[in-house]
Amino acid sequence: MGASLPPFQRFLDSYRDDVWRLLRASVHSGEVDDCFQETFIAAMRAYPRLRPDSNLRAWVLTIAHRKALDAHRARVRRALPVADPASLDGRSSSEERTPPARDERLWEAVGELPARQRSAVVLRYLADMKHREIAQAIGCSEEAARRSLHEGLAKLRKVVIA
Amino acid sequence: MMGDRNAVEEIEDILSARTHDAAAAARAATAAARVSARMAAEGLADVSYAPVDSPFGPLLLAVTKRGLVRLAFPEEHPDSVLERLASTISPRIVEATASLEPARRELEEYFAGQRRAFDLPLDWTLSSPFARRVLRATARIPFGGVLSYAQVASRAGSPRGSRAAGNALGSNPIPIVVPCHRVLRSGGALGGYGGGIERKRWLLELEGALAPGAGPG
Repeated sequence: MGASLPPFQRFLDSYRDDVWRLLRASVHSGEVDDCFQETFIAAMRAYPRLRPDSNLRAWVLTIAHRKALDAHRARVRRALPVADPASLDGRSSSEERTPPARDERLWEAVGELPARQRSAVVLRYLADMKHREIAQAIGCSEEAARRSLHEGLAKLRKVVIA
Repeated sequence: MMGDRNAVEEIEDILSARTHDAAAAARAATAAARVSARMAAEGLADVSYAPVDSPFGPLLLAVTKRGLVRLAFPEEHPDSVLERLASTISPRIVEATASLEPARRELEEYFAGQRRAFDLPLDWTLSSPFARRVLRATARIPFGGVLSYAQVASRAGSPRGSRAAGNALGSNPIPIVVPCHRVLRSGGALGGYGGGIERKRWLLELEGALAPGAGPG
């Protein structure tokens, strides 16, 4: 039998952890689950039209990234603070895990980056995407993606060095 | 103060840490189960499946919007069964226990000797037109009864097609519920069974069509 798409359940089981990690790094803790549901519902709708040789991981992480951006925009529309360190995802809650303070500061700094830099950093390090794939996911040139990543990292570096 | 290079490496380490986070994995698993159930309930999934316990071990059951489409024995590898369903019906397949609950209940009652006929709607998608006629004729054989391959072929409209009928029964996608175990050789010998001859004998004994341990074969 030629290449065909795996059953959706297998696709979901393969990438659920990656999607969860990306969203946890991208949106507030209260938004992760909704974004996760919306990501896979959107993936399910488009799934049969996908080419079997597609990079499924990059595809679903791109959808997750888009849902995270939607969540950010919705939050801005509701006029809530964009970066509220106290509510920045579940990392600060001790029930999940208690990372060293520097990790904590770093994750907060990621949440405070401008949208495109945050996208570039998250897609590079949580989705393992190459510059070309990041550019596709964000919808910009490869060079612009490279620059956003560089600028984002420069800001994060200050946090780590401080 | 840390050098620039070290700082970047440290950032990379923290951000892309592959350390297993059990709590996050558990949350992702819970969220995934919820999204699967929701897809099945909202009709976004074309096929829902779940394992169902039986005296033969865990059976894999799959339903479409039309009805039960597949029942696979434990030795049929679940992954390959699902792959076949993905390529022949639709890749929109999710695990959803709730969708299989009616089938699970009827099978449980059947194996407990409390049910003589299944009321489940069936989806014949996986069978050719000829196989469908054979399987429909087979589905009408009552609990405790048996027919020969020739009789089933005749009822399917192909009196001389007993070999073809045998093939259709051998590839029955919904065994037990479509009781191909009730079809025997003309002389009363058990004939073949996709799930193994011991299971055929066991089912016929359960239904009282065969005396325990004394049947032909």
